[in-house]
Amino acid sequence: MSLAKRIIPCLDVKNGETVKGTNFVNLRSAGDPVELGKIYSENGADEIVFLDITASFEGRKTFVEMVSRVAQEVNIPFTVGGGINQLEDVTNLLNAGADKVSVNSAALRRPELISEITSLYGSQVCVCAIDARMDEDGWHCYLNGGRIRTEHGLFEWAKEAQERGAGEILFTSMNHDGVKTGYANEALARLVDELSIPVIASGGAGEMQHFKDAFTIGKADAALAASVFHFGEISIPALKKYLSNEGINIRL
Amino acid sequence: MKVAIVKYNAGNIYSVVNALRRIGIEPILTDNAEQIRNADKVIFPGQGEAKSAMEYLRARGLDSVIRSLKQPVLGICVGQQLLCRHSEEGDTDCIGIFPMEVKRFCPTCHEEKIPQMGWNSITDLKSLLFDNVMENDYVYFVHSYYVPLHKDYTIATVDFTLPYSAAIHTENFYATQFHPEKSGDVGSRILENFIKL
Repeated sequence: MSLAKRIIPCLDVKNGETVKGTNFVNLRSAGDPVELGKIYSENGADEIVFLDITASFEGRKTFVEMVSRVAQEVNIPFTVGGGINQLEDVTNLLNAGADKVSVNSAALRRPELISEITSLYGSQVCVCAIDARMDEDGWHCYLNGGRIRTEHGLFEWAKEAQERGAGEILFTSMNHDGVKTGYANEALARLVDELSIPVIASGGAGEMQHFKDAFTIGKADAALAASVFHFGEISIPALKKYLSNEGINIRL
Repeated sequence: MKVAIVKYNAGNIYSVVNALRRIGIEPILTDNAEQIRNADKVIFPGQGEAKSAMEYLRARGLDSVIRSLKQPVLGICVGQQLLCRHSEEGDTDCIGIFPMEVKRFCPTCHEEKIPQMGWNSITDLKSLLFDNVMENDYVYFVHSYYVPLHKDYTIATVDFTLPYSAAIHTENFYATQFHPEKSGDVGSRILENFIKL
């Protein structure tokens, strides 16, 4: 046996509540990220990502409080991200009990942020999230949730992030996100080949086969999804059983 | 039941506190020799770098406190490595409960990424620590250095680039390379088993 491929549900959190609807039953509060996180971990998620999509200062404080409640309740590793601009944000989130942080726009604007985080806390805490789109002139990284195009190419930026100490790359293809026709496997495979750190696939999951393809064709180390899990279109236990039957090394 | 967690400069100690609280234990987080000696169980956690961790422990005499303990002790991750004789990380002399030499992984192919980060399965389980844990159960690892297999001390084996010690034991000292505090229900059972020793 060896290291298992990871399945990672991602929760968007605003003012301390999950944003997207869910089909889970038996939830006391449908929007409680802590309770949802617990259910995901009981259902076999290998990690959980919580993304803060709050803009306000008060909302940020609520997010840090949520992180500390997640750390008390959830017994698997979890990553938090969204709006991390400076080292102090990272310190607050790690002290609240997060295992990893994911940085995105702020790192693109100021790549030194990655070096600062990893020289203080080690590579294993720093996930570099990249939103990229295949434009006519190739893959480009985008800022602010995909609103602003940068001149950074996907592969070049991923390599720089690795050199600066990032422990993992979380690559979301904007072309595939929300379309549910599968992950960007070609770009994934190229990232995996060019990097020596793990790559998490994100954007495009619609059916179970897409996860298998991300692991086999895309060679990804982990696959992240949001809506297919939240809306109950795919259950994690069924997905993991399917992948295991398909010969993928999965923690059952 | 008094459970002490050795407080030092090697990271994420709070996740161990949270994990113990989940199984109904309120631990004491301390670097005080008396408090550590008087505890029923001692947990020696860790996530970080061996050399600076050993320097910190030596400066406070905690290395000899740990060496002198008679109650069950559980080293976790770097805590396990520091219980060995020596680590390649920073060419560091460690506490020396176990005679093994801690080594850095040498990847044999592109798929083997260092640090190993994620869930791997453990086998050849032989200890009360693994009561109710199944062969091939998965636990969570994050590390770049490993403790080699030893015929007398290895109580669980894991395979990543090569088979090595996922857990070791001698007398009252137990240690795991993986993080039971982050290993889901399997990890909670291992912590409960340790508390019951």
